[in-house]
Amino acid sequence: MGETPHRSAHAGTGGHPVTQGHERSAGASARVAEAPVSLRTPDDDHGLGGGGGLPRARAFGAERAFRGLTLAAGVTVLVIIAAIAVFLIAKAVPALRANSANFWTFEGWFPNDDPATFGIGALAFGTLLTALLALLIAVPVALGIALYLSHYAPRRLGTALGFVIDLLAAVPSVVFGLWGRDYFVGPVADLSAWLHTYFGWIPIFGDGPYGNSILLGSLVLAIMVLPIITSLSREVFLQTPTANEEAAIALGATRWEMLRTAVLPYGRPGIIAAVMLGLGRALGETIALALTLGSTYAISFNILANGGNSIAANIANRFAEANETGRGALIASGLVLFAITLIVNITARAIIYRRREFTESAA
Amino acid sequence: MAKRIDATDVTAYYGGFKAIENINLTVEPKTVTALIGPSGCGKSTFLRSINRMHEVLPGARVEGSLTIDGQDVYHRDVDVTAVRRMIGMVFQRPNPFPTMSIFENVVAGLRLNGVRKKSILDEAAERALRSANLWDEVKDRLGKPGAGLSGGQQQRLCIARTIAVEPQVVLMDEPCSALDPISTLAIEDLMFQLKDKFTIIIVTHNMQQAARVSDRTAFFSIEKTGDPGRLIEYDNTQKIFSNPSQKKTEDYITGRFG
Repeated sequence: MGETPHRSAHAGTGGHPVTQGHERSAGASARVAEAPVSLRTPDDDHGLGGGGGLPRARAFGAERAFRGLTLAAGVTVLVIIAAIAVFLIAKAVPALRANSANFWTFEGWFPNDDPATFGIGALAFGTLLTALLALLIAVPVALGIALYLSHYAPRRLGTALGFVIDLLAAVPSVVFGLWGRDYFVGPVADLSAWLHTYFGWIPIFGDGPYGNSILLGSLVLAIMVLPIITSLSREVFLQTPTANEEAAIALGATRWEMLRTAVLPYGRPGIIAAVMLGLGRALGETIALALTLGSTYAISFNILANGGNSIAANIANRFAEANETGRGALIASGLVLFAITLIVNITARAIIYRRREFTESAA
Repeated sequence: MAKRIDATDVTAYYGGFKAIENINLTVEPKTVTALIGPSGCGKSTFLRSINRMHEVLPGARVEGSLTIDGQDVYHRDVDVTAVRRMIGMVFQRPNPFPTMSIFENVVAGLRLNGVRKKSILDEAAERALRSANLWDEVKDRLGKPGAGLSGGQQQRLCIARTIAVEPQVVLMDEPCSALDPISTLAIEDLMFQLKDKFTIIIVTHNMQQAARVSDRTAFFSIEKTGDPGRLIEYDNTQKIFSNPSQKKTEDYITGRFG
């Protein structure tokens, strides 16, 4: 898992590996071209390696065509990304100009009014809060399941359970959203009342009304990100070298101590990557949160009461009614979401890189 | 610090496959015993059944009796982790924990046993690394990853990790087979020193090595593939390599077989 950053580094620069591969493969394609000849005359000593003179490299072969094709594919991606960025910025800037409130701090969303007032603060706050809460709930559970599947469960049961969990990832998010809004809301309201009664002294467990709350949204999100984190970390745990596990066992470690000494540290970069993928999904999740959050525009730490919102959910809820400025405002919020995701990813890379010395020797 | 091992009718299985049958062997304290024999003859299986590492594999089990100073290793009430702490093991391929520094590797076993105090860990790490003849090479970079050392150094690091918990017996499963001759020599020298404190049992494919390092040698063999491995001859190393009593042993050590 330690090499993940390198691979994406290649993807970024694109051209480098392609040119390198070309020179070496030119000979290979010539040899392939020669193969039928030696097959037809098996008696002569021209083996696949070529006993005769060296054949000339072809000027225009499949090799060159393929190289052009891959280059074109790489360039296309860059062009599309650039086009999207230009479009988004061009749409967002006029709306931001028309905004007569502070875009960062204003708590409300009235871009269709004249003068338009809208602010991203509460939405960004809600996005981060729901995503972090969801991870806080999902990660321990996911790691527990992954460890059970990789190191405790009998092999057949582990495979079957892993399959069921992967199925969970295939459920469309709108189904999770509807389930959360129409069914799960009841139990969560009961839980909220209980939490407020017994832990009300903690500010986040404030008073009701209970219903479409941040807690509900986070719980639904947690269920949605659980399969990704579970199946990725399970793969990582299964990759732990047997030699390291045996080393721990031979030192007198119990099963749990072996997991702590050999498996978890080895899987650390992979766990971080899995959590970050989960976070990515949680930050960008749209329809499930649009259905389960209260769609308010206030910054509140009370996770139990009706309320909460997220950037993506707000876009889904407000796009239909938006006018020109309204759409521009939503696009501007999308750019902020993009920036948040970028910062989160860079942070994750930084965490993985910090112990590079150790993770690289592990790979 | 060193204990005597008695194996009586030890038979080990991998699922339905019988890997070794009725091994009877006594290992005296503070000696080096070499287990030799062709591939697949069960030397490693026997070694791994001494510290109950054999049963870690799914479906693997051991029958018969194995005692260390008279205590039954396989007794129902025995804590298996305590057995493995008492009988340390060094593997064929160096396997330092890749995420740990040199220091953390050496004290990993102590930390597993709940030792937390820095001064004790420091002292134990230095002692173990000195015993493993590695201290001078790594004392300035104890915080660096253990996996960054050379193969021979890694294997000595693994030996240091094993002896840091002060076991009674050290099992070595072909510890030099992945190493170059100089590192091999370093580890053989080390075995002579460790013999003062530990009982050592080593599996080796290298007969010169067995002749050089061991006091006693056990020769294992199989009739044919699929048959269980048996102990053919067990005697002083001198005797085995100069005047073996079994024809099979002689064939093997003179290179006529296996």
